[in-house]
Amino acid sequence: MLLLIQCKTKTKTNSTTDTNTNSTVTVDVSQPFEKLSAYHLFKGTLNDLIPNDGVLPYDLITPLFTDYAHKARFVWMPKGETAKYVKDEALDFPVGTVLIKNFYYPIDERDESKGRRIIETRLLIKQADKWEAFPYIWNDEQTDATLEIVGGTLPVSWINKAGKKMDIAYVVPNKNECKNCHNVKNVLTPIGPKVRNLNCDFAYTDGTMNQLEKWTSVGYLTGFVPADNIHNKLAKWNDETSGSLEERAKSYLEINCAHCHRPEGNANTTGLFLQLSEKNKEAWGIMKSPVAAGSGSGDRLYDVVPSKPDESILVYRMEHNDPQIRMPELGRSVVHQEGVDLVKAWIASMK
Amino acid sequence: MKKIIYLLLLIILIVSCKTNTKKEAEFVNDANFQKTLQEQFIMAEDGATIEIPDGNWILTKSLSIEGKNNITIKGNGKDKCILSFLNQTEGAEGINVTNCNNITIEGFTIQDAKGDNLKLKACNQVIIKNMNSTWTTGADSANGNYGYYPVECHDVLIEHSDVSYCADAGVYVGQSINVTVRNCTAHHNVCGIEIENCINADVYDNYTYNNSGGIVVYDLPGLPLKHGRNCRVYNNKVEANNFKNFAKPGSYVSDIPPGSGIIIMAYDSVEVFNNTIKDNKTLGCCAVSYQVTGRPINDSLYSAFCTAINIHNNTFSRKITLIPDMTSMLGKLVLAISKTPLDIIFDGNATADMRAENGNFKPPYQNCFTNNGDIKFYNLNMWKAKKETDVLKTYTTDITPFDCSLPKLNGGGN
Repeated sequence: MLLLIQCKTKTKTNSTTDTNTNSTVTVDVSQPFEKLSAYHLFKGTLNDLIPNDGVLPYDLITPLFTDYAHKARFVWMPKGETAKYVKDEALDFPVGTVLIKNFYYPIDERDESKGRRIIETRLLIKQADKWEAFPYIWNDEQTDATLEIVGGTLPVSWINKAGKKMDIAYVVPNKNECKNCHNVKNVLTPIGPKVRNLNCDFAYTDGTMNQLEKWTSVGYLTGFVPADNIHNKLAKWNDETSGSLEERAKSYLEINCAHCHRPEGNANTTGLFLQLSEKNKEAWGIMKSPVAAGSGSGDRLYDVVPSKPDESILVYRMEHNDPQIRMPELGRSVVHQEGVDLVKAWIASMK
Repeated sequence: MKKIIYLLLLIILIVSCKTNTKKEAEFVNDANFQKTLQEQFIMAEDGATIEIPDGNWILTKSLSIEGKNNITIKGNGKDKCILSFLNQTEGAEGINVTNCNNITIEGFTIQDAKGDNLKLKACNQVIIKNMNSTWTTGADSANGNYGYYPVECHDVLIEHSDVSYCADAGVYVGQSINVTVRNCTAHHNVCGIEIENCINADVYDNYTYNNSGGIVVYDLPGLPLKHGRNCRVYNNKVEANNFKNFAKPGSYVSDIPPGSGIIIMAYDSVEVFNNTIKDNKTLGCCAVSYQVTGRPINDSLYSAFCTAINIHNNTFSRKITLIPDMTSMLGKLVLAISKTPLDIIFDGNATADMRAENGNFKPPYQNCFTNNGDIKFYNLNMWKAKKETDVLKTYTTDITPFDCSLPKLNGGGN
């Protein structure tokens, strides 16, 4: 009985802390907090995701597909610290940086005023010598999220843009699995915040501005000189005005595949490299035999057969959900049909 | 009467106890087991031993271990401790080990993973022993790919382990340096043991039977670790690897003709000796170029040819009744030119500067086939053939140009 009362009391204390709007962001780089609320990354009601002082929202031109989840991204750095401009890789973030990614589903994508369910929040925290990834799973009441290093599987349903009810088993990766994708030369590394994927406008509460300029203006980025004109920019995969079919398909493959499929990535043993900067045709899979696809080859002989998407293993693996066949291995349990259509159109257009 | 009732009650009690025990074994709280084990993998301190408890455990997603040092993952025996991934819904591997130093995995069975049962990437000092890796679904092209799959590793030892029913290769060591595979048994895989793009490998004292191909040593183009070389294959029993090839087309092993003992493709410096190569219906041992795959090469740093292959002191034997495979190009070729299985096949392909007049290559590319008894040897001289059927005219059976010696190799190391 005493134990029960103690537990109850503890919970109450925590929930009081949750709604404490006066706290500033608190990060202990040596260890993660058990509850997301303890960081005070957001003010007011936690699931409104209203950023606290110093927490800056951002977006990517072409994001990674994760089972149609919507994502709300934020970045925070300790006072006085700044990230350094890096031309081709993720920005060089200072110790103490927190990259925050909230995964949520609107109840009804046709009417977002009906509310949303946040599933998980992933924090990437830059510790003294390395990044660490921490997955937090939200409770049913949507009041807080708890650190769950082993991840989890949660049933999720929503109504999609077409009015169709979607039901999936959403997978929160475990701490090790985070590194499957966030991996450059076996070191855990952020994927999204690269200049070429941040180089676009964002509608901030105080006005629309290029993200790199905004980061510079608030002291979160140094070394970015807009006039230099050397800054790459990804095409927006689903916006025909943002680039050619090839550029959009390659941007899509870069963000969805190239974190593994690059010479420094987890899938480097395959010889299939899909980063935008790759110039070798065989590395892009064109008339390349698979090395370790096993039965994932689907009776097809080459990764990419020009003008023949339906003979290309790349498409086969995107079109399937079976864990043995599908790519990417993690973060996807439904087919991203729009992405498949884009890559098929690109392969069909190849001579 | 009372006694009988007591006896009956006792029997019922015993029976029900037995039933209960059985039920308990079937109804393991798998979700909890999965979580606990995964937690142990994530939280393991360097130097830890993680015990896999006895029992038949059902898992639905990959287990992963990352960035640890001096770890042992240990079961009480491959018959006592089984991790089953038959109903896997997440991840392709059974166990996925990445970026670890000095890791030993021993004493349990992994079965029915969707992809590879045990994958290790970018690890140093890997020991896999007393393990079993299998697919209980029998030979099925939908089975997973590899039983044991160390890739990009240094110092790999796989020993006293069994592997069966892989839709690709049972033991598949790729792009690794210093590799030993010994005392393993591989059967009913498409390929029993495969060494691919490795530097320094020893494959010895293994038993491969009833695969489509027993032992394969491949160098493939377009990979980060180039120029696979220095491999010894010795003291193995390579027997009746006549099983149907159930790999999906596309993979390299799907080209293996059923009935293949040892296949060497595009490798440099391979020493094959003291093996017992018996009753493989298509070929005992072949050394061929990448050209036999018919696939394009877009890798300027790649050498497609077999050089410095030394096949000596092996025992070849075959039943006279065996009929070469009729489902593959190479098998059909063997059938057409010889009607019976061949012991050693050399395809003869090379660039002009590598070839000598006599059918062998010039040093240092020279290949030597000696002291293998009274064997059936064919040099296909494929470089002279414009199309496959031309081989019927280009082949020779003269082994004398290959009567030479090469320095003994040092092999893998462990």
